[in-house]
Amino acid sequence: MLSLTNVSKSYDDRDPVVDQVSFAANVGELVVILGESGSGKTTTLKMINRLIAPSSGVIRVNGQDTSTVDPVILRRSIGYVFQGVGLFPHMNVAQNIGITPSLLGWTSNRIAHTVDRLLELVRLNPADYRLRMPFELSGGQQQRVGFARALAAEPSILLLDEPFGALDLITRYEVRHDFQKLQEELGLTAIMVSHDVTEALLLADRVIVMRNGRVLRDATPDDLVADPGDPYVARLIEMPRAQARFVEALAP
Amino acid sequence: MSSNLTELLAQLPALLGGHLLLSASALLTGILFSIPLGLAASGSRRLSSTVLAAAGVIQTIPGLALLALMVAALGGTIGFMPAYLALALYSVLPVLRNTVTGIAGVDPTVIEAADGVGMTKWQRMMQVELPLAAPVIIAGIRTSTVWVVGTATLSTPVGAPSLGNYIFAGLQTRNTLSVVFGCVFAALLAIALDQLVRLAENAVRHRNKSRGLLAIIGLALLIGGGLMPLVFKHHSQSNFPGAPLAGMEITIGAKTFTEQYILAEALAEDLVNNGAKVNRLDNLGSAVLFDALAADEVDLYVDYAGTLWTTILKRSEPAVQAQMLAEVTDHLSSNFGIGIVGRLGFENAYAFAMGRISANRLGIESIGELANQPTALTIGGDPEFFARPEWSRVRDIYGLEALGTRGMDSTFMYGAVRDGAVDVITAYTTDGRIDAFDLVVLDDPKQAFPSYDAILLVSPQLTGNTAFTSVLGKWIGTIDTALMREANGQVDLDGATPKQAAAFLRARIDAAR
Ligand SMILES: Nc1ncnc2c1ncn2[C@@H]1O[C@H](COP(=O)(O)OP(=O)(O)OP(=O)(O)O)[C@@H](O)[C@H]1O
Ligand SMILES: [Mg+2]
Repeated sequence: MLSLTNVSKSYDDRDPVVDQVSFAANVGELVVILGESGSGKTTTLKMINRLIAPSSGVIRVNGQDTSTVDPVILRRSIGYVFQGVGLFPHMNVAQNIGITPSLLGWTSNRIAHTVDRLLELVRLNPADYRLRMPFELSGGQQQRVGFARALAAEPSILLLDEPFGALDLITRYEVRHDFQKLQEELGLTAIMVSHDVTEALLLADRVIVMRNGRVLRDATPDDLVADPGDPYVARLIEMPRAQARFVEALAP
Repeated sequence: MSSNLTELLAQLPALLGGHLLLSASALLTGILFSIPLGLAASGSRRLSSTVLAAAGVIQTIPGLALLALMVAALGGTIGFMPAYLALALYSVLPVLRNTVTGIAGVDPTVIEAADGVGMTKWQRMMQVELPLAAPVIIAGIRTSTVWVVGTATLSTPVGAPSLGNYIFAGLQTRNTLSVVFGCVFAALLAIALDQLVRLAENAVRHRNKSRGLLAIIGLALLIGGGLMPLVFKHHSQSNFPGAPLAGMEITIGAKTFTEQYILAEALAEDLVNNGAKVNRLDNLGSAVLFDALAADEVDLYVDYAGTLWTTILKRSEPAVQAQMLAEVTDHLSSNFGIGIVGRLGFENAYAFAMGRISANRLGIESIGELANQPTALTIGGDPEFFARPEWSRVRDIYGLEALGTRGMDSTFMYGAVRDGAVDVITAYTTDGRIDAFDLVVLDDPKQAFPSYDAILLVSPQLTGNTAFTSVLGKWIGTIDTALMREANGQVDLDGATPKQAAAFLRARIDAAR
């Protein structure tokens, strides 16, 4: 369905920021890329819809080499949730969500209908939020609109760069739950970038651990916990448990 | 004063209309050119800095010079075209610069999002970059609007009627009301246009249809109203259908000083009485006016033999009056097809003039005595004069290298020499202020200045028109220097309008017949 083979990216003559990365996601799978800041997660994600052109390697979507496809067409078929949300500040919520459908030439009726359905999906009351401008939304609400925008054109592939970053823990839990349900229902293939180990272990069908632009591990959550296989990965996996123990110790 | 105001108001529709048409079309052209150029250039840093540098160079050319250069570039064409092109060029920089900076200022994460949702480059430009840069671009448009409306006042000397006519004419004829009138209306026009652009911007920003409508209606009214007097072009109409010049349309030109306004006015009235339709183009620069006549854009104006002798024939030696006139006539006819109807009778020469008291004190009676004074004297005059061959000739012949020169508008120099701000001026012999300010004209024993007989020049297309030239022929030899000086003095000293002085002139000529 989606595969990366020996994909690298380097800027100028410097060391590669993504180095010989290979992994694949089957239809309907949710793959989480986990890694510290600067490890190359966003770069990897952007190469999949060619916002960044790879320096070498092959990326296939539905068996087709993406370097042979018009990037504009490719991007319209892939939903992308940006790390910084990136809503269009001069467009209201409905226009932001409906942008890709309108680029694809959908009727305005169909777009309006889709917008309302998606707003409900991300738990924003359409009547309230449809006509708001992005600056009239909280950070978390913006993130949800960004999420709805990525889903609007009914893509089969979804790329998400820390989509829950700006949400408080409880909302985060709810939205994450919604997302998981939705992803399963729609049979979406999703690649999601995260810092959060617990989130990765809870959601992912498979977890990719990246460091310094390289893939350290590619495993199911179960396998990862049972056998980290690398001291860095082991420490990473241990973090949530260490935190839980600390919280536990505070309890009377 | 009130007749002065009536006369000013009567010109308002045509001048305001001309000004508006000129500024609006130049602005529109400038905007339609600059925004796409800015968008195209904003893709590349090098291209945008090159384009901005080029636009910046245009901006450093003074407005008047750019207008004059356009006349030259268009082969002597005067009027709307050169002014329009110069002003359009002038409007480019602010819009271009703000387009480039506006686009550069769009948040890169928003640009990336535009790519990410699948926009083509064009869609990204139209739907994201342009709307987000719009407030900055519109600020540039507003700057351009004010610049262009202001600079359009300078289009008067290249023959495009504008509110500048009030300012130029008022400055020459010491009519302060006229100057103020021109400035106030230019300012009001700039403010009105600026506010309309602002209203349009507001409407776009808030997607407010009624405000947008208001802005569009306002612009349409302003521009439509401005065009009215031009569409229903107002010519002075003939009252005499069977008159000798019935059906003819004649454009009379005038340079930038009182005598020229009076003569143009008097000639215009005479031609109208003979059945012609007359257009007036006042305040043209000497060279511009001559080129316009050669190009048949102006049909008639008064020039001076000595001026043509030095600037067109490029001769530096003096000549006796009759020989000079013969040679000038021959040269103009064979090189340009321009006809000379004849001498009006008076001579408006350059002459050096001083206050009588200081001339006596320094013991100066003739030009040569200006040199070798214990302290170097200062000579004031029209900046044009110091660039003319006459000046270098007089300077060389009398050895005046030590004199300091000070350029000033010719209308101010008489007062300047009276008040001692300068020691000598390059006066015009027909100026009424020579007598009124008790100035003495210095002798020119070596005949350094050529003679400046006022002559009537006719465009190539009308040279063979005998009905026309015979009407003009009645003017030959009718105005002597004293009469011209008196008419000039009425305007420059007594506050009469050129129209009133022209009436006086015609009455005196008729009486003499
Ligand atoms: N345009 C660029 N030119 C040069 N280096 C870049 C560029 N973009 C990113 N990098 C570098 O590539 C590396 C990987 O960046 P990337 O954005 O992929 O990290 P990340 O894993 O998403 O980090 P974070 O969790 O902080 O978002 C970083 O060291 C970054 O400095
Ligand atoms: Mg990142």
